[in-house]
Amino acid sequence: MANSRRAYWDAGSAAPLHPVGRTALLAALDDGWADPRRLHHEGRRAALLLSGARESVAGLLGARTEEVTFAPSATQALHTAVLGTLAGRRRAGPVLVASAVEHSAVLGAGRHHEARGGETALLDVDRLGRVDVDRLAATLRRPGVAAAALQLANGEVGTVQPVGAAYAAARESGVPLIVDSGAAAGHIDLPGSWDLLVADPHAWGGPPGVGILAVRAGVRFSSPWPEDEAELGRAPGGVSVPLALASAAVLVEVSRTRAASDARRRALIDRLRAAVPTLVPDVEVVGDPADRLPHVLTFSCLFADGEALVAELDRAGFAVGSGSACTASTLEPSHVLAAMGVLTGGNVRIALPSGCPEGALEADVERFLTVLPEAVGRVRAMLGGDAL
Amino acid sequence: MTGGPLEVDARGQRCPLPVITLALAVRDLPGGSEVALLATDPATRYDIPAWCRMRGHELVSPPPATIKELPDDQGTPEPGEGPVLRFVVRLAPGVP
Repeated sequence: MANSRRAYWDAGSAAPLHPVGRTALLAALDDGWADPRRLHHEGRRAALLLSGARESVAGLLGARTEEVTFAPSATQALHTAVLGTLAGRRRAGPVLVASAVEHSAVLGAGRHHEARGGETALLDVDRLGRVDVDRLAATLRRPGVAAAALQLANGEVGTVQPVGAAYAAARESGVPLIVDSGAAAGHIDLPGSWDLLVADPHAWGGPPGVGILAVRAGVRFSSPWPEDEAELGRAPGGVSVPLALASAAVLVEVSRTRAASDARRRALIDRLRAAVPTLVPDVEVVGDPADRLPHVLTFSCLFADGEALVAELDRAGFAVGSGSACTASTLEPSHVLAAMGVLTGGNVRIALPSGCPEGALEADVERFLTVLPEAVGRVRAMLGGDAL
Repeated sequence: MTGGPLEVDARGQRCPLPVITLALAVRDLPGGSEVALLATDPATRYDIPAWCRMRGHELVSPPPATIKELPDDQGTPEPGEGPVLRFVVRLAPGVP
């Protein structure tokens, strides 16, 4: 069932490049290709573009310019944030506190830390995917806690975390809080309640290949990487100036148009949230229905194979993600769905892009609601689940 | 009927087959019946409780949370599989 119109709905961590980003990137490739650390004219021109990008990003993320560095990816920025804070605070103790639904880069840095003698305390979440602030506060009061990490919102299920209250608890215990805004920055307002902030330009419509880390002045931080002068030693080898500039340009644009884009995508997700369970039997829609990212929706279909469902929807013109085990290289389903204790089979993850022409997204949503029941029905029939 | 609940074997099956196998096996059983599922797919830890919640069945006993707590005869993984997980479910009264 081929369809010429593609609806790319897997924009959670890999959004299509915003047109503004493309223009900025092409211009910066002409003017910002040189090494920004060189003192000649070409180097100074690249350095000027890089510092302009840094200043724009800092302003929109609520940081000071000198606190912000670029990284080769959001994953590398998260690794640096976690390992650098643990290193800078090693006299306080060996424990990293994090929610069980953090980005896999945070959990991966935690395992890396454990393999070298450190400890990680993971906090459970409720059925909506949210941490309990009282339990977080109690965990932070335990001896030996060096750092805590909490996402602003979960990119898989959209649930917003109580970062403001978590920051107050962290301050009370004297523990620096790393806030991963990877799924949220560019989509919702960013609070100032963080000691370290990580952002992901590829998730707001910037180009791939760049991440952002901000470390507040006064936070004990020691880069975990070999010494290098680029980006305050946090991203050895430095970053691509054109990519950093394009990221900043898109952030400026999506911030400017966010109110309209937010309302539009929020309403469309509400429409899908309400309609999907009425059109498809035995569906579990997960995540917080209200306090959530504007563009993310995740649901699971009982008796359906997630991998087959992704393929079926792809044939119908929709690119979606899935947290089902059969779509991963391991037998384990998404750690987020598992921690929430929700259905993991037949999982469909939607993240609507921003910047679509007026009406296009709306038409796609209606078409999706037309093709979804048939797609699920076909996938269920493959395994005999349609008779149930 | 002796020897405990009906046992459904979904060992070696991968998501979403175990939950389909279980649902097919209980289709004609009366409400209130108890049934045990054996599975090796780690996703059943989440998907069997979810099926119970969605269909109103009661999960009488979930498998132990860690491998260490499994009895010896169930704790040995099959080749290429996880440990055997055992779920006991009491079917919702009325229409299955």
